[in-house]
Amino acid sequence: MHFVVCLKQVPDTSEVRIDPITNTLMREGVPSIINPYDMHGLEEAIHLKEKLGGKVTIVCMGPPQAKEALKKAMSFGADRAVLLSDRAFGGSDSLATAYILSSAIQKIHETEPIDLVFTGKEAIDGDTAQTGPGIAQRLGFPQLTYTIKVRELTDTTVTVERKTESGRQVVQAQLPALLTVEKELNDLSYATLPNMMKAAVYEPEMWNFNSLPFDVRKMGLKGSPTSVSRIFAPPGRIGGEIMDGMKDPVATAASVVQKIFQQNIIMYKPQAKGGNQ
Amino acid sequence: MENFDVIVIGGGPAGLSAAISAAQVGMKTVVIERGDYPGTKNVMGGILYTKATDMVVPEFWKEAPLERPIIEQRIAMLNGDESIMAAYRDPAWASEPYNAHSILRVKFDRWLALQAEKAGVMIITETLVENLLYKGDNVVGVRTGRAEGDLGAKVVILAEGVNNFLAVKAGLAKPLKAESVAITVKEIIALPKETIEDRFCLDEGQGATIELYGDSTAGMMGVGFIYTNKDSISIGVGAILAPLIHNNWTPNDLLEYLKSKPYVKRLLHGGETKEYLSHLIPEGGYTQVPKLHRQGLLVVGDTAMLMNSLNREGSNLAMISGKIAGEVAAESIKADDVSDQAMMVYETRLRDSFVLKDLHHYRHMGKFFENNPHLLRAYPKIFSNAVKLYLTADGTPKKERQKEIMKMVLQNRSIGGLTKDIYGAWRALL
Repeated sequence: MHFVVCLKQVPDTSEVRIDPITNTLMREGVPSIINPYDMHGLEEAIHLKEKLGGKVTIVCMGPPQAKEALKKAMSFGADRAVLLSDRAFGGSDSLATAYILSSAIQKIHETEPIDLVFTGKEAIDGDTAQTGPGIAQRLGFPQLTYTIKVRELTDTTVTVERKTESGRQVVQAQLPALLTVEKELNDLSYATLPNMMKAAVYEPEMWNFNSLPFDVRKMGLKGSPTSVSRIFAPPGRIGGEIMDGMKDPVATAASVVQKIFQQNIIMYKPQAKGGNQ
Repeated sequence: MENFDVIVIGGGPAGLSAAISAAQVGMKTVVIERGDYPGTKNVMGGILYTKATDMVVPEFWKEAPLERPIIEQRIAMLNGDESIMAAYRDPAWASEPYNAHSILRVKFDRWLALQAEKAGVMIITETLVENLLYKGDNVVGVRTGRAEGDLGAKVVILAEGVNNFLAVKAGLAKPLKAESVAITVKEIIALPKETIEDRFCLDEGQGATIELYGDSTAGMMGVGFIYTNKDSISIGVGAILAPLIHNNWTPNDLLEYLKSKPYVKRLLHGGETKEYLSHLIPEGGYTQVPKLHRQGLLVVGDTAMLMNSLNREGSNLAMISGKIAGEVAAESIKADDVSDQAMMVYETRLRDSFVLKDLHHYRHMGKFFENNPHLLRAYPKIFSNAVKLYLTADGTPKKERQKEIMKMVLQNRSIGGLTKDIYGAWRALL
């Protein structure tokens, strides 16, 4: 079985702040991580490879620094990693990205036929959830999105559980297929030491614009119909009030109680059913 | 199980220097580091000495991420809101061959690790070494916390830092005591370049340091420090853990106390705290240096207690000890003899270098200050009062003023006490 996993290197959004004046992301000093959803796709691919045999190939598009993410991903037990990196790819939206990634996957598919492609359900920096389905569409692979469990993988079919708004869905598709995955799919495991050592000396393959017969009109800013017109941070919360409890504890306590009721934080004599909120 | 010539435990200056010097002479070398990358777990006040670093990576200043070359060193003694200061400045220190630079370890160590990789060292991160592997009495490898995590080695170099878990397990060191370890807390406070240069009277790119004694630690054994970085200031304070526990102060109390001093407050004014860091520092001195070797094992850097706090030197001792250990490991491996006897060459060379000579020179210092806690309380006050009286122009004739100063000194400390203190300090420091 040949598994392909698409990875994206993203800023650790838990540490990104938005500049309140310019409304741009303050990326300086923010560490990059592998998109967490993608990690679960990788975990599943490695797990299936260990169970059924085969090979795991990682495909990533990004700046040269994304090599670090690929080396890290290799340490979990993947066999090959390809980094698509070129100035011409810069500024691509999800449509253009899906075009570039699917072209690369198609090329891999021609020499080493692919059975399953994994992508995260979305990247935590853009939250579009479009790239995975876009890749499947271009490859002509059936797409099973929001996968939370791989139930069965045979030589010709894959059966998964999907998360939907109303519950769970069990669906089957012919191989080759593409899964976009949720975090519930599996628990991440630690890399073994031999795999870490392999990854430490591994150099990812670098592919650029000239590696494939790319159509320059379908990539970069030109090939991206999406334009971000504005970015803004939700308004910050107003700071609370701090009272000195040391000077006069009794008066402070009384003032706290008073404020609680004045501002309806706790309602005094709340009205029964349908009382004001 | 994969086999290496040299396994280095810990990716700080000592470990990386050891790995570089071993790999440079063809040893198959791996560094095992528990952080995300070398530097993430590593903290120091922030001064890197040129000479020692140059010996590990020649002309490092051309490429390494350094903050500012230090051209001025101030020493301040605080007493309440008062301070006495002395400074040495030489603008020549802003150019080659330099003396020292301020650095931020998270950047510098990562760079040093890159130099190690260029020298052929393999660096394994996010991996904790849990135990050493033995064959009889010989150390023959390490066991990490990962699956299939054993690695073999002819020589293991222990650079695990101040927390000497493995050195204790290997029977070389004793667990840390609160009397022989200091805790340092530090903030990195962002300020515009120009503001820093104005406040410290520096030309563009130059750096300064201030060490603050006396009331900077409220009379506890320790020292405060302020170092200029490119666009931030590192301010911190370190104090021996035992008195801190005894007085029921948290490390943060110490830092806030220092930051509330008027002189310090003015230097930091308007800055934004970017990082808060804390770390232990081995302050045991010469008498607490553990056994430095056994069959197939060498101990370097903080784990070996190689720290000269009086001259605030640590990273240079670490790097030199690492370099020597890497060389001795390589020589022993090539001679096919990693016995304790062969490993002892490391200790001999360390004794011949300034590293153990300096520690030996100050061997009485720790006990001297521990046994004379009054020194740090009495003398800042005496000096401060004396200078204040001397400089106050209030019509008192100078002859009377000098008498007054002598009287004040003797009120605070008897002649016998003074003599004892001076003699003690002489013995401990000179």
